[in-house]
Amino acid sequence: MTSLTERINAANKAGRKAVIPFLTAGFPTKTDFFTHLEELDANGADIIEIGVPFSDPAADGPVVEAASIRALEQGVTLHWIMQELIKRRGQYQAELVLMGYINPFFQYGFAEFAEDAAKAGVSGLIVPDLPFGEDQEFKTILKEQGIALISLIGLNTPKERMQAYAEQAEGYVYVVSYMGTTGAAVAFPPELKKTLSDAREAFDIPLALGFGIKEPQQLEPFGDAIDAVVFGSALIKDIEEKGTAVPFMERWK
Amino acid sequence: MTKGYFGKFGGQFVAELLIPPLKELEHALEHIVPSEAFQTEFSDYLKNYVGRESPLTLCPTISKNLGFNLYLKREDLNHTGSHKINNVLGQALLAKHMGKKALLTETGAGMNGVATATAARALDMDCIVFMGAVDVERQSHNVRRMKLLGATVVPVEAGSKTLKDAINEALRFWIKEQADYHYCFGTAAGPHPFPTLVREFQSVVGREARKQIIERTGALPHSVLACVGGGSNAIGIFSGFVDDCDVNLIGVEAAGTGEEGCTNSAPLCLGTDGILHGQRTMLLQDDDGQILPSHSIAGGLDYPGVGPEHAHLQHCGRASYVKINDCEALNAFKTLTRSEGIIPALESSHAVAYVLENKEKFPKGCNVIVNLSGRGDKDMDIVEQCTELFD
Repeated sequence: MTSLTERINAANKAGRKAVIPFLTAGFPTKTDFFTHLEELDANGADIIEIGVPFSDPAADGPVVEAASIRALEQGVTLHWIMQELIKRRGQYQAELVLMGYINPFFQYGFAEFAEDAAKAGVSGLIVPDLPFGEDQEFKTILKEQGIALISLIGLNTPKERMQAYAEQAEGYVYVVSYMGTTGAAVAFPPELKKTLSDAREAFDIPLALGFGIKEPQQLEPFGDAIDAVVFGSALIKDIEEKGTAVPFMERWK
Repeated sequence: MTKGYFGKFGGQFVAELLIPPLKELEHALEHIVPSEAFQTEFSDYLKNYVGRESPLTLCPTISKNLGFNLYLKREDLNHTGSHKINNVLGQALLAKHMGKKALLTETGAGMNGVATATAARALDMDCIVFMGAVDVERQSHNVRRMKLLGATVVPVEAGSKTLKDAINEALRFWIKEQADYHYCFGTAAGPHPFPTLVREFQSVVGREARKQIIERTGALPHSVLACVGGGSNAIGIFSGFVDDCDVNLIGVEAAGTGEEGCTNSAPLCLGTDGILHGQRTMLLQDDDGQILPSHSIAGGLDYPGVGPEHAHLQHCGRASYVKINDCEALNAFKTLTRSEGIIPALESSHAVAYVLENKEKFPKGCNVIVNLSGRGDKDMDIVEQCTELFD
């Protein structure tokens, strides 16, 4: 069992959902990013997803895209992220996961990246444009370094495909709550319950729900059907308004 | 070869949420496209709506100056003014067969947008077109045509506000609206099966050209040239000759303003291997894997990537790829207009320019085909700024 799975299980045992904030690396500035990372860490994050900015984030909505562009304008690169995380290894309570599009990892070199990620203490990776079928090479390299490649599934993922993901799935499963990009203000569609129950049957690792999540009340209808919650766009907006991540994290305590 | 790959290029690097509609399309490509019913209907549209076959025109004045024969495959004479309509009608018909109600697409120069808006009218479907804000500005004539045809044109303000950003936005829209919309991908790029699907529908260009040149000259041509942005007109004409190993295939990319280090649209000549828009291909990118902005005077070539099959044809040596700058393309635009009475699109002018600028590379008396992928009417606003063309 990976450390990511253990961490979510521990939160569930304590009677709560695991809390997984997402923040784009280098947002809003290179220094302030690390301040906010510490705030997230000290205020209840079980796992933190660090966004690797990309020039063409085709699966993201406007908030994450803008954060991504802002980070790139300040010279944030995957190399910079890795260097800074290696320096700070061991400083965070939370497990760290990197989330980003495939091309920066591909240019870094899969093997070099996996080595550096292990040095930085990164436990997992989410790559939205690396679906099952294209993921084999990178997944194998990451696994050698003990890093989980997190599976993403959605409302239109058939159960057989979930089972195909499940055979090699590690860490947790990221369930996308609606058909769209990150940060949209939509009501969860009725099919979500079916997707969650199919996923529960297909996978034996925890389920994390993400996309469009702002507050704990949204999760009430799902009860034990989910084990963890991911939020990004709403957190980024709140940080922009208030200059701190603390109030947003308070909501989840 | 792995399914969906051309050598090491291609693939399906998209969000999981786009896998089901791509699988659905793959199934349609394998089962609907080859069916007699589909082929009959498609051929009928190409003949009686598009106006195929398009002529193969010899350029007498230019040929005399060059010392060899320059033939143009006249895709500019198609309905809507470019080769784009071949692919769009194929995809729109396929979408109908698949039970889709509407088409979504992206456009650079606006030709794919106009063609898609047209096909949507012909087949009574709704149509939404994503177009970079910069392109909306510089191709306003085509924007007006699309609107006249009843399409919704959405200007994209993100990133470099050109084709690549329009594709990002189209992909986002498709995630949401995949149940009703078919993404009518405009070029032979993107995730599998688009590169294969688009080549399939554009292959009519190569089939006709091959038959026509043999009828006219009794032999295969020395060389076949086409401009390459995403690469659909090039893959269309190349596909007719790719198995004729003695025929040189030359793809012409846009070098932008042309000086060392300038912003360009020539990923095959100047780029590196990477992954964007669902495909592994050659890209303009920095060391960190961030996509660089592209530039060309020809909006239809202004893209930092290229279809994966071209990357493969270059990698395996079957086709060669060269580049032509804005100024050379404008000269060719003027030469073709003044010498032959044919006003070419600035995109196609790049392919003509390579022949004019490199005549020593072609043997005396040989036959060369350039795919004249589109007409230049849409480019009037741009060329009017180059007053020397009107001397």
